[in-house]
Amino acid sequence: MGEAVPVARIDASRQSEVVRRLREFLPARAVLFEDEDTRPYECDGLTAYRRSPMVVALPETDEQVRRVLQTCSALGVPVVPRGAGTGLSGGALPLADGVLLSMAKFMRALRIDPIARLAVVQPGVRNAAISDLVAPFGLYYAPDPSSQIACSIGGNVAENSGGVHCLKYGLTVHNVMRVRGYTIDGEPVDFGSEALDAPGYDLLALAIGSEGLLAVITEVTVKLLPQPQLARVVMASFGDVETAGQAVAAVIAAGIVPAGLEMMDKPATHAVEEFVRAGYDLDAAAILLCESDGTPEEVEEEIARVKQVLSDAGATRMRVSRDEAERLRFWSGRKAAFPAVGRISPDYYCMDGTIPRRRLGEVLRFIGEMESKYSLRCPNVFHAGDGNLHPLILYDANDPDQLHRTEQFAREVLEKCVEVGGTITGEHGVGVEKIDQMCTQFGRDELEMFHAVKRAFDPAGLLNPGKAVPTLARCAEYRGMHVHGGQLPFPDLPRF
Amino acid sequence: MQAVLDAMAERVREAAGRAYHLRLCGGGSKDFYGNSLVGEPLDTGDYSGILNYEPSELVVTARCGTPLAELERSLAENGQMLPFEPPHFGPGATLGGCVAAGLSGPRRASAGAVRDFVLGARLLDGRGRVLAFGGEVMKNVAGYDVSRLLAGSLGTLGVILEVSLKVLPRPAIEATLRLEAPQDKALEWMNQWAGKPLPISATCYLNGELSVRLSGAAAAVRAARETLGGEEVRDGGQFWAGVREHAHPYFAPESPLWRLSLPSSAPPLSLPGEQLIEWGGALRWLASAAEPRTIREAAQRAGGHATLFRARDKSAGAFAPLAPAQLKLHRELKVAFDPARVFNPGRLYPEL
Repeated sequence: MGEAVPVARIDASRQSEVVRRLREFLPARAVLFEDEDTRPYECDGLTAYRRSPMVVALPETDEQVRRVLQTCSALGVPVVPRGAGTGLSGGALPLADGVLLSMAKFMRALRIDPIARLAVVQPGVRNAAISDLVAPFGLYYAPDPSSQIACSIGGNVAENSGGVHCLKYGLTVHNVMRVRGYTIDGEPVDFGSEALDAPGYDLLALAIGSEGLLAVITEVTVKLLPQPQLARVVMASFGDVETAGQAVAAVIAAGIVPAGLEMMDKPATHAVEEFVRAGYDLDAAAILLCESDGTPEEVEEEIARVKQVLSDAGATRMRVSRDEAERLRFWSGRKAAFPAVGRISPDYYCMDGTIPRRRLGEVLRFIGEMESKYSLRCPNVFHAGDGNLHPLILYDANDPDQLHRTEQFAREVLEKCVEVGGTITGEHGVGVEKIDQMCTQFGRDELEMFHAVKRAFDPAGLLNPGKAVPTLARCAEYRGMHVHGGQLPFPDLPRF
Repeated sequence: MQAVLDAMAERVREAAGRAYHLRLCGGGSKDFYGNSLVGEPLDTGDYSGILNYEPSELVVTARCGTPLAELERSLAENGQMLPFEPPHFGPGATLGGCVAAGLSGPRRASAGAVRDFVLGARLLDGRGRVLAFGGEVMKNVAGYDVSRLLAGSLGTLGVILEVSLKVLPRPAIEATLRLEAPQDKALEWMNQWAGKPLPISATCYLNGELSVRLSGAAAAVRAARETLGGEEVRDGGQFWAGVREHAHPYFAPESPLWRLSLPSSAPPLSLPGEQLIEWGGALRWLASAAEPRTIREAAQRAGGHATLFRARDKSAGAFAPLAPAQLKLHRELKVAFDPARVFNPGRLYPEL
């Protein structure tokens, strides 16, 4: 979390001018500006940051998107694109002098080609809806972020979203073949192809995960995979989290790439068990969920190997799902971890650092120390297979001191992730939330290059400005403020 | 190694200051690829060595001059591999050249391309600065994904100094089957099979014969062999290496060799010349002296693009021309990374 969002006033004459220009080609119901109409757009999934946009535009066609962008570009009005609004880093936080461009009306599947195994959809189509649509063909879309019932594929592209099956099936960038859309000037762009590559630079890779800063997309072509015939999951208990961490490394070292490999610590299983009754071992310090999928022959062979490795690595108890219902029940707890934690605490703050797996023990010990230092609890759920941690700091937002301690706690953990060779964000994006931590992860030259890449697409800096990449001035200030592990130099000086 | 790096950086700054061009040289195994080579050679072969390899993390980081063969040997000793099965095209092939060329081998359709396995990179840019992007972890969305952008950029954005790649375990068992079929039937089969949970890791169609490689757990390979039928081939490993390295007799004739990248389900192309099909139908090699325009238009109509891969005369341009909006973005990116146009001018497109 960065500093609080400064309160900004909306310029009424500017607002009426923008509304008038947009209504030249958009119906009145597609241009919102009354406070009560724009309020629902004031935040995304990161609710700690809120700000009303000057205007909300809800186009329905490509041509309307192009004209919104052209109009805003001509008027010098910044544009913030928004999908389903489930993002966790404030990437869709509006601007008081900007247009919030909602892609919610782009909800159609345009083409499904079961032979070529691809689907062409509009960006507002929900992630889970794609797999539902193609299920009759025995196909599915692999990336499955835990918000998959609600999040849209356009937002997934913007954030390069992951999920619990990334280690084997990859992230959004591995499962999207092509995107089409517009630059801020309204120039049509087409990145990728229905072939396996496109000529020239890989602009598709650059666009995916660019957090809406480079282009606005209106069409996404996703790759579909054959549904595995069978999936089974091993649930293993461990007496301490470090042994569980070593067991994860042992599985990989044995040459096994499981379909999913997740860890939850004791505070997390306790929170979840009360909520969904997944059947977790409540005595274990940590549990691992290790899924195998494929043909029945493959699954049988792999499950036997996984059990052997986990047993050698010190698992105290193991259960293998007997049928699909039990498999889904084992996963239900993991997928419900965030809402379950939401029940035991007024608020929680979800981190998203990724670390090399071998440093897991060290980082978990560090998080334990931070719990004592800041007197806040922090259950952990962890995409163990790919080193992506989601520690959840429990706090009460009504207590300003708790909020402040939470921010400090999170900052120290993310900086620890960078220190051990990891990253401040594995799948949730930088947005406004982790913009200061970008100054820890990258040096001046890299940040300058990011700004240069941005200028190549958007010279005037009008598309989602202020997100994802901090200005050099902001970093200079941030670095000056945090030189000695959070100890401010000259702590007695007033700072504004 | 720092001295080698400092010397390269100094050379780049000098070239930028005095407005001369550099052409990046690893092992020279892919000098044939792309448009003509322009500039004084900048040898990257001395910047070599594996920096970090943790088999249990499924990640390897190495310097650009590291011989690809050496890297693959280290991985094989630990039962792992580069999943995209890169072609070497010569004994000198280096990791830097492999990533810069962005070419993937027979396993591409099932495993992914070079760019899919790039996790991070260090780059020497056109101002002589060393920049680090991405890292050694599987999931990382901090900042634009510049390291993947470098895959296939043919050295036009800078010197790829170091790369971190995701690696995977080698399959327990591999088997190659051969079936007879006309081209349209083979294309239909390949697309149907790819939509089923079968452990197919490579396909190759030539002259009425479809070769299929199965990779995975012993039980799964055995079951798939029953399902697909055909005859098992003994020298499968050698066959796929020949296809990957273009040592197969198909690639021997002197006529221009085209690489057509198409949607896998594109119907058979009626173009003069002999075709070899890989990647489940998505990659079609064409040895043909037909007009470049005819070939490019056919590829475009089928939803893909055509690269003039090997030819004495590349005046038609090695790569399919870009649409104006696309070209504009390419130019702007080139300016961002290499404002003085030091690196490999014209190798990808004349404008870059």
